[in-house]
Amino acid sequence: MKHLSEFRDRALARELVAAIRRAATRQWTLMDVCGGQTHGIVRNGLDIVLASQVRFIHGPGCPVCVTPASAIDHAIEIARSPGVILCSFGDMLRVPGTSKSLLQAKSEGAEIRVLYSPLDALKIARNNPTRDVVFFAVGFETTTPVYATAVLHAARQGLGNFFLLNSHTLVPPALKAILAVPGCEVQAVLAAGHVCTVTGWRDYQPIAARYRVPVVITGFELADLLAGILGAVEQLENGRAEVGNHYARAVRSEGNPVACENVRQVFETCDREWRGIGIIPASGLRLRPEFVQFDAALRWPAGRRPACADRRECIAGLVLQGRAKPVSCHSFGRTCTPERPLGAPMISAEGACAAYYAYARRY
Amino acid sequence: MCLAIPGEVLRIREHDGLLHADVRFAGVQRRICIECTPDVHPGDYVLAHAGFALQRVDEREANLMLAALRELEAGSEAP
Repeated sequence: MKHLSEFRDRALARELVAAIRRAATRQWTLMDVCGGQTHGIVRNGLDIVLASQVRFIHGPGCPVCVTPASAIDHAIEIARSPGVILCSFGDMLRVPGTSKSLLQAKSEGAEIRVLYSPLDALKIARNNPTRDVVFFAVGFETTTPVYATAVLHAARQGLGNFFLLNSHTLVPPALKAILAVPGCEVQAVLAAGHVCTVTGWRDYQPIAARYRVPVVITGFELADLLAGILGAVEQLENGRAEVGNHYARAVRSEGNPVACENVRQVFETCDREWRGIGIIPASGLRLRPEFVQFDAALRWPAGRRPACADRRECIAGLVLQGRAKPVSCHSFGRTCTPERPLGAPMISAEGACAAYYAYARRY
Repeated sequence: MCLAIPGEVLRIREHDGLLHADVRFAGVQRRICIECTPDVHPGDYVLAHAGFALQRVDEREANLMLAALRELEAGSEAP
């Protein structure tokens, strides 16, 4: 397939690896923000091949992993309410809330449907006028334009039985929170390509300048990842800290202005809890007052429940902040496996723990 | 979850009151909402995520990057 196979070319990849080895005079520490990058790096063994040049630490860019247990509990409560059809991306179903997952709630009789796109929920709402259809809206900036388009369309059509349970998150505030920690070891950031496809990269310029880290936007194919790593290493070797765009076929400086405008029209920023990390100011989105009729959290307010920390034998919070590697967890591969996971990064197909388990059994 | 894959736009049509396109991916064809990329034409490639086109793939930029990478390859083969 065009725009895929050319960027998977092994000969090109070998040349890029050689160029990175020539460019690096020492080992540098890079954070790959997005779960898709983590999987590309570990699947292709780049962490091994470039071990002397680059130490990879993995960031919080897995929406499934950072959705807090309280949001899952709330989704389950709503799914059990009379007349509700709860819709979700498939990745969310196995992630545990405080006491159970959506999959368990479904097996107990809640009507929970797995959809490919939030837009499909509009059709379900129209075909089931006596039911309330709620989409469990998780995701980063990549996914928010889809939710915004769904809300705008529902408003135009006067659809009164379609709702979003908003739990989406924004990358730059989380990145700032990680880089601001004293002693943060991250020297350069591989920024998530498809987030920047939507938002562009202007928001990352002040981050690169303030924290003195190169922020390099990469795609997800082998040559894309390596070209981004080379760009980061070259900046570090030359003492620069700028935004570098190595995914120009998909990322423009202004992103997708139509998508950004739709998101701005429908949503406003709010504080958001990240699983294992805590509340990060202005790192989430909620519906603007003119669209609150679509807000599931207002229609079905969350019940009061005691705050519940993740299990102590799981270090998911440290993994999500790049402060620990999956393999440094005592539970990894022993009491925590994809079949019997303790934390979200092992459950999610994009989680860092799942990547190490799938591709790096050599550890 | 931020997976987005490139596919070729085959034809544009309205579906359910929203602008859509039939898009061919490696092996499969799907209907993709193009409300946020309204200027795409048949033959263009789009990056699709959750049934939704995020952006038109810029052919010129794709070719520039490939050319730059191949130059790297050619450079290292020179004596």
